[in-house]
Amino acid sequence: MMLNIKDLYAKVEEKDILKGLSIEVKPGEVHAIMGPNGSGKSTMGNVLSGRPGYEATAGSVTFKGQDLLEMETEERAREGLFLAFQYPVEIPGVSNMEFLKAAVDAKRKHQGLEEMSSVDFLKLARETCKRVNLDASFLKRGVNEGFSGGEKKRNEIMQMMLLEPELCILDETDSGLDIDALQVVADGVNAMRDGKRSFLVVTHYQRLLDYIVPDYVHVLAGGRIVKSGDKSLALELEAKGYGWLESEVV
Amino acid sequence: MSDFQQTALQLAEQQQSPEWLNSLREQGASTWAKASWPTRKTENWKYLSLAPLQQYQQLGWGAAADSHALDEVEQLQLDATRLVFINGRFSSEHSSALPAGVVRFGEADDEQRTLISQHLGRVVDSERHLFAALSNAWAADGVLVHVPRGQRLEKPIYVVNISTPQRTPVAASQRLLVVLEDNAEVELIEHYASDVHAQNGFVNSLTEVVVGNNAQVQHYRINLEQEDLLHVGGVHVNLQRDARFHGFTLAQGSRLKRIDYQVNMLGEGAHLDLNGIYLPRNRQVIDYHTNVEHCVPHCTSNEVFRGIIGDSAKAVFNGRIHIHPQAQKTLAELSNKNLLTSRTAEINTKPELEIYADDVRCAHGATISQLDETSMYYLQSRGVSKADAITMLSFGFINELLNQVPEQAVQDYLRPRLVSLFGQASETVGQIGYE
Repeated sequence: MMLNIKDLYAKVEEKDILKGLSIEVKPGEVHAIMGPNGSGKSTMGNVLSGRPGYEATAGSVTFKGQDLLEMETEERAREGLFLAFQYPVEIPGVSNMEFLKAAVDAKRKHQGLEEMSSVDFLKLARETCKRVNLDASFLKRGVNEGFSGGEKKRNEIMQMMLLEPELCILDETDSGLDIDALQVVADGVNAMRDGKRSFLVVTHYQRLLDYIVPDYVHVLAGGRIVKSGDKSLALELEAKGYGWLESEVV
Repeated sequence: MSDFQQTALQLAEQQQSPEWLNSLREQGASTWAKASWPTRKTENWKYLSLAPLQQYQQLGWGAAADSHALDEVEQLQLDATRLVFINGRFSSEHSSALPAGVVRFGEADDEQRTLISQHLGRVVDSERHLFAALSNAWAADGVLVHVPRGQRLEKPIYVVNISTPQRTPVAASQRLLVVLEDNAEVELIEHYASDVHAQNGFVNSLTEVVVGNNAQVQHYRINLEQEDLLHVGGVHVNLQRDARFHGFTLAQGSRLKRIDYQVNMLGEGAHLDLNGIYLPRNRQVIDYHTNVEHCVPHCTSNEVFRGIIGDSAKAVFNGRIHIHPQAQKTLAELSNKNLLTSRTAEINTKPELEIYADDVRCAHGATISQLDETSMYYLQSRGVSKADAITMLSFGFINELLNQVPEQAVQDYLRPRLVSLFGQASETVGQIGYE
């Protein structure tokens, strides 16, 4: 099992957001999580990645058989969990290159590998930039500093490619993207689908799922999964909206 | 008179100096002796205690010595005319041959003496700057950099001041006079360094810069001495019409460190930009006072200072901009941002605007903050350790200014040294090539 979330409760700033969330993700699976605003989609991603202030109060999460909630934020990342942020953070003064190398080296160190030489890394980073259609000059700029919305999201995908995580959580990576940018993001994700790597794709819009075809679709409402199905569920949601599910929320 | 004032006057009597500097020395000694010693109630010294100076039981002049700091200084790889002073003594052994126009006071010819007499102690107002009066009283050795009309010194002038551990505390007086005639250009680097062992000395430094019409100065002042070395210094600049002064200053703290910048806009179209970084740690203090006098119309000034204050250190930043009634169309900006990395760190920041003209544009701001939590989380969510994240974010805070340093050799020298200040786990940051 890649990820097993069992009856998870979590609160943010004293407010209960997740109320009995359960999902099982096996290696190689792509799960889409859909749901109305405020249903707890982003909270789920943040709790899983270990954001300070997002506190699990009950339930359990195991990641590759380990207790995820006991792990530090950076440990989770090094073990192969990756969250593509809904709102990537701008860090002026820290170059993208420096940031990416620090991240890759941290992971390699964790795996008992040597750090990459600056030359090798630069080469790899440039190639990866190309794959997400970002100019290599972005490497020299501050992390996300002055990037457009689409550039920020593509930078997230680039990080994902460099870090080669085992579990990728995409938090509304499609929001605010035009079709071209969406295509780039989806191509990146699809290229990484190798039958072993798992994805949790959080989205508000069905549109993304035309490009990244999920194995399962879950509807999150009121802090828990209220309905699960295959990709046809997404189409149904698109057609009917979320209103018809409200009766199913306790 | 305070103990230190007396000690300092005794030291002046022990000096050997060229006779033609006597009147300046006497004038300085007299101003110094008459001055009332600053206390916490003295506005200019409100947040900085001069007590460490009063604690000297004995203070003498230093002697030249070998220093490991020289190896360190060699790391700044710059093709420059280098002048090395060790404990205030000129070291010809470690210095370059001097080009025309660059001379030590004691070796100045008649023409140069005239030039020195004409300007030395005249850019600075020693009635207002107590330690400038002391510098005048101690005027003996020093360096004149004179660039004639329309010329540019081929190589930068690199003045290195090194303090070494001595059996008893030593004083050093550093004096630099720069005179640029119209349309002249020069790049200057002042570098204060020391051995890593306890110093317990005192350096009083004063730089005066006269910038003629449409002339340009690129000036750097790096204070990276050991924390037991006390330092009071000043950079005083007169800018004539269309003259430009581009300054960069960086300092660690010490038990007592005070650096003043005074820039007088005397001709229309003059421009100042000054970027500064201060990084006190442990129990160090650092006090920057800047004062820009906009005396005439159409001048521009832009100051950006950033500080990272750690442990139980204390920093003071006082940025005054004075716009005189006739100085219409002035553009003046001042920004001071501070990062406190510990609960016991202290910053006293005061932007001080005095505007007496009505058609000017002025902006100033000061901020004090801690490391951004969201940025910390973002870095950690990518596997970066907390310690590395702190290092990267702290360094990033000042790296924005470092990136603007035009002299690449200075950037390359400072970057790894600054990174090493921000924690042990810094190896990831230092090795990235910033081509």
